[in-house]
Amino acid sequence: MSDTTGSGAAPVGPASPADVSDLAALDASALAAKLAAGEVSSVEATEAALARIAQVDGGEGGIHAFLHLAERARETAAAIDARRAAGEQLGPLAGVPVAIKDVLCTLDMPSTAGSRILEGWVPPYDATVVARLRTAGLVPLGKTNMDEFAMGSSTEHSAYGPTRNPWDTDRIPGGSGGGSAAALAAFEAPLALGSDTGGSIRQPAAVTGTVGMKPTYGGVSRYGAIALASSLDQVGPVTRTVLDAGLLHDVIGGHDPRDSTSIPEAWPSFAEAARAGQREGALAGLKVGVIRELGGGSAAEGAEQGFQAGVLQRFHEALDLMQTAGAEIVEVSAPSFEYAIAAYYLILPAEASSNLAKFDSVRFGMRVDVPGGTVEDVMAATREAGFGPEVKRRVILGTYALSAGYYDAYYGSAQKVRTLIQRDYDAAFAKVDVLATPSAPTTAFRIGEKVDDPLAMYLNDLTTIPANLAGVPGISIPSGLAPEDGLPAGIQFMAPVREDARLYTVGAALEQLLVDSWGGPILGNAPTLG
Amino acid sequence: MSEITPDVVRHLAGLARIALTDDEVSRLTGELGQIVDSVAKVSEVATPDVPATSHPVPLGMVTRPDVPGATLTQEQALAGAPAAADGRFQVSAILGEEQ
Repeated sequence: MSDTTGSGAAPVGPASPADVSDLAALDASALAAKLAAGEVSSVEATEAALARIAQVDGGEGGIHAFLHLAERARETAAAIDARRAAGEQLGPLAGVPVAIKDVLCTLDMPSTAGSRILEGWVPPYDATVVARLRTAGLVPLGKTNMDEFAMGSSTEHSAYGPTRNPWDTDRIPGGSGGGSAAALAAFEAPLALGSDTGGSIRQPAAVTGTVGMKPTYGGVSRYGAIALASSLDQVGPVTRTVLDAGLLHDVIGGHDPRDSTSIPEAWPSFAEAARAGQREGALAGLKVGVIRELGGGSAAEGAEQGFQAGVLQRFHEALDLMQTAGAEIVEVSAPSFEYAIAAYYLILPAEASSNLAKFDSVRFGMRVDVPGGTVEDVMAATREAGFGPEVKRRVILGTYALSAGYYDAYYGSAQKVRTLIQRDYDAAFAKVDVLATPSAPTTAFRIGEKVDDPLAMYLNDLTTIPANLAGVPGISIPSGLAPEDGLPAGIQFMAPVREDARLYTVGAALEQLLVDSWGGPILGNAPTLG
Repeated sequence: MSEITPDVVRHLAGLARIALTDDEVSRLTGELGQIVDSVAKVSEVATPDVPATSHPVPLGMVTRPDVPGATLTQEQALAGAPAAADGRFQVSAILGEEQ
């Protein structure tokens, strides 16, 4: 296992407050400990992140993770430092900088969802998750790039230009939340928020060597998250470690009366669940299901399903490590998953075509005037100018799927597939505690490689979509570097609805085994930027 | 199964209020045809005995107490509008000239 990361592991060096780059490289939990101990101030941590952003994010060939930087980040950090100095009891992540996906409404920053139609729009309210970040004392750094209205798997569909993958700047960082994932992988921020409708947190995490968690549907508020597909969307953490994801989930999660789909129940501490995973014997007796239809069978079957050989290799090596630590690996079958992408690309466009009707040139965003035209002419001209090609494609597809005469054949059938997929999960979880798949079929592809081939782009979501259709939680953690290209691959775990804590325990346990086998975190192998 | 023609795309674009160019209609006709053919496989397994699922974690009817709470002010609600007048959203004519 010594070659798991594909090259000599060089963990990120220990942090020293005197060196901003080392400070920017700290995980959120390590930074939080230093903040609590008074070894580092929030202003210093924020300055370190902003310096790193200035170093690597802009210009030709820059990462371009951020669409907008908070004007008052230093003041916010100074206010937290002052409260700490005054002896106030602060939350565990107080003073830690955080990047926010541009799909989330922020009172003090534009919120464009990567679309031209919302260019410059500043919402009159904060998303609940953003309000909770502020209440917990985190320091918003800025808004991160994304595929327009979260429609995409590469961040190439942003109206503001693509984000680049810090591992190879000619490659995509995944999508739609490529900005948040790239910001983490490039050490521009220690924490970020994402949103996941069909994999937009987990797939970017996989291809950037970071951690991404899609909570149980209803586990985190969607209030103030610009809706793509309301029955699939879920906000969640994007981080460099499983523990950091648990800490951030503890801040943003829990019931929100402003979201009628928010589960009105108490949740356990996800940070505690992650710490439980770091303890000896955490995996003993755990039953892990591998799905025959999603890379769990033979290498030949996996190749036929579209999985890159090196991605499968790292997946199976990670499972071997878990087995050595006492887990039992069980093969299960989920025959309806074969229909997941088809169902998803009916349900999502249908819901999106309805949700995006609000961009009507009347209440917010862009307006293209049509001399002598009616309000409908103005709407049509505005939407033509303000929406990009992928958004138009999906809105028109959704309009078709919902139209009279086709509704039962398309949308109705897709909803039945959703039932079948839930039944497959139920049957699998009757036998195993968690399910495991590769997080994405391949490592990061090249910018431009798939942008003109929508069907090829949609296949990237093969492994992540079933969890959204069934509402179950899923986490992606790095599984190593694929030997053929030296780029990160991820392993995804899924658990039954409401069992998010199990994913933090299992994820943290495997993460520890892998990092030990590599001799340091995977991002220690990422190329130097700037 | 696909019946996507340029006229269908123009009709859908009209319903969706998007003034597509002729080039876009032509490109979308081909792309949507391929996508529809590919997603039509859902009908293979969607038999009459399978119930539909519209929501992954159903909670039933969710209500809140009928008590007035804080809302946006008129100024806040209008702040992002492309045009506003007299405390209202301003739009161009809603009816054609002949009406």
